[in-house]
Amino acid sequence: MARKKKSRAAPDITASTVVVMVLYVTESGPNSARAIANLEAICEEHLKDKFRLEIIDVLEYPRRALADGIVVTPSLAKLSPSPAATVVGNLSDKLEVLRALGIRG
Amino acid sequence: MGTKRDIPQHLPKIATGIQGFDELSHGGLPRCRISLLKGGPGSGKTVFALQSLVNAARERREPGIFVAFEETPRQIIANAGGFDWDLPALVKNKLFFMDANLSPDVVQSGEFDLRGLLAMLKAKKEEIGARWIVFDGIDVLLTLLQNPKSEIREIYRIRAWLEENEVDGAIITAKIDGDGSQIANYGFLQFMVDCVIGFEQRLEYGVPLHRIQILKYRGSAFAKGEYPVSFGPSGMEIAPPEPTEIKQLASGERVSVGFDRLDTMLGGGLFRGSSTLITGVPGTSKTTLSGKFAEAACRRGERTLFVSFDEGPDRIVRNLTSVGIQLKPYLKNGLLRMYSGRTESVAAEDHLATLKALIREHQPHCMVIDPLSAIAKAGGLAAARSVANRLIYTVKDQEITVVVTAINEGTEPESEATDLQISTIADTWIHLSYLIRGGERNRALTIIKSRGTAHSNQVRELILSDAGPKLADVYTAGGEVLMGTLRWEKEDEERSKGLERRAEVDQKRVSLELAEADTRAQIRVLEHDLERQRIELAAYSSDDQARIVSSTDREKVLLRIRGADPAGGAGNGAAASLAKHRGSNGSAKSGKKNKTDSPDGP
Repeated sequence: MARKKKSRAAPDITASTVVVMVLYVTESGPNSARAIANLEAICEEHLKDKFRLEIIDVLEYPRRALADGIVVTPSLAKLSPSPAATVVGNLSDKLEVLRALGIRG
Repeated sequence: MGTKRDIPQHLPKIATGIQGFDELSHGGLPRCRISLLKGGPGSGKTVFALQSLVNAARERREPGIFVAFEETPRQIIANAGGFDWDLPALVKNKLFFMDANLSPDVVQSGEFDLRGLLAMLKAKKEEIGARWIVFDGIDVLLTLLQNPKSEIREIYRIRAWLEENEVDGAIITAKIDGDGSQIANYGFLQFMVDCVIGFEQRLEYGVPLHRIQILKYRGSAFAKGEYPVSFGPSGMEIAPPEPTEIKQLASGERVSVGFDRLDTMLGGGLFRGSSTLITGVPGTSKTTLSGKFAEAACRRGERTLFVSFDEGPDRIVRNLTSVGIQLKPYLKNGLLRMYSGRTESVAAEDHLATLKALIREHQPHCMVIDPLSAIAKAGGLAAARSVANRLIYTVKDQEITVVVTAINEGTEPESEATDLQISTIADTWIHLSYLIRGGERNRALTIIKSRGTAHSNQVRELILSDAGPKLADVYTAGGEVLMGTLRWEKEDEERSKGLERRAEVDQKRVSLELAEADTRAQIRVLEHDLERQRIELAAYSSDDQARIVSSTDREKVLLRIRGADPAGGAGNGAAASLAKHRGSNGSAKSGKKNKTDSPDGP
């Protein structure tokens, strides 16, 4: 469904530690570009390959975003492991993002 | 609404269908422009916005989108359950509620924007063909940005989106209280939008009062100032500045107030569809008069609504029964509807909504509100004044003959002017007062005014009895009105004076009759005397000859006895001299003496 789907499966299969996330953005916006960059940096640093990220352009797929209950962009939804969490904003506050994702900083 | 005449206007407008508002704003909200509703919590912004949407959907079949930033759609729909909008049915096909609440669990990290939101709304708008959109409580989301510049940027984004997407009606509501210091871009928001409507809820004497004010309307005239807002079963109602047009028909029909003498004083009764104000201090029988009016209306078979405040219908019926007014049978057969409202912490506006609903329900021909001044008990006087006015206009518009009472604390009717100020719009004004004279309080009734009627300007005494209220003439004596005992005394005095006069006359007649009889008796006596005298006279006349003869004989005898000269001359002379002596007295006395002595002598 999503136009851009950057899924990077973790090579060492310790399934319980794989973080599944969806990032809702509007590709053309500076906040969204910043959010993507920020998140990629965090994943690189802390999750290595143990995550799955789906990036959805709301301009492209508004109904999907609506159905998912998204209000503002960018929004990051962590689907698993539980508990689910949502982070809004360009993810510039790294500590908040790590805490929401359940990653010890 | 749709049937309104098209007045050429600079700005195309879109009607909200909210009673009163389209009049205030000369047609509604600006079409394809943003209207900002601002006000504190609970001031009615959401109701206004939602009601505009509901009206458009129901009356013009225009779909709309409601973006809820502050409450969940479920809460909003539940809150609107008190109104007869049938929101759940509309939600199925005409209205879309978007839950734009950020859950409290949401973590914020850095800046965000509304691009995604607007993209979603665009998709939804196109899907359902929405013509209206409401952003309810936008401030909740924008304050999360914690950056005035970003807030301004996002508002601009919304405006650009609205222009681009050609939505007819766009409403943004924001919690901004007073000077708007809570939200940094308040001034900017006001500047940016084309129409700003302020909502206010404030407590006046412990009662919430709702007000609406159009603060700005670019390119359009509008009614300036604050207007009262009430919430009835159909939602929000705004009192327009004044009835735009008075359409009441003037009826020439008279209806009785319940007793003849007052009808007579009013020139035959009250005009049908007129309003009557009865003022007076407590205890002056205002309720009795209104009860009599209600009873008379029911007797004529007219549906009647009796509204009282802070006193239950049962008590009123019982109290009125004691003065011979029977309302019970009419309550039973449904002709009479009695409603008793509480005034404690109930806003005047809410009373109005209740009474309007009662009128709709009972469809009365005649109505009593006793006392109307009770609506001013809780809340401000200004609000009560406006409600009283609108209530009377509403009632008159429906051609209901209404009698309202008002308590005035002072004894002068003029002091009513400081109260609800309904005396100016009432057609008839009856004032009840106490007059204290001679240690008594008595009820006095005066008709201060009665439009279109040559009414009596005399004061009457109102007397209550088992047989109902009565009016009595009052006496004026020495410039003072006499009532009660004094009146009774005066009446008594007049009565006894009459009796006295009659007795006097009788006495006089009797004495005259007696005098007449007396005179008659005297006449009879005199007549008797006369008769006797006549007889006597007659008798005397017949004696006369005999007497003359006998006297001559006696002289002869005397002469003979005295041995006098038998000469006729002497005898004659003696007689002559005797006669002479008789005729002149005095000098001849001695002579006579001598003469008389002589015969006595030896």
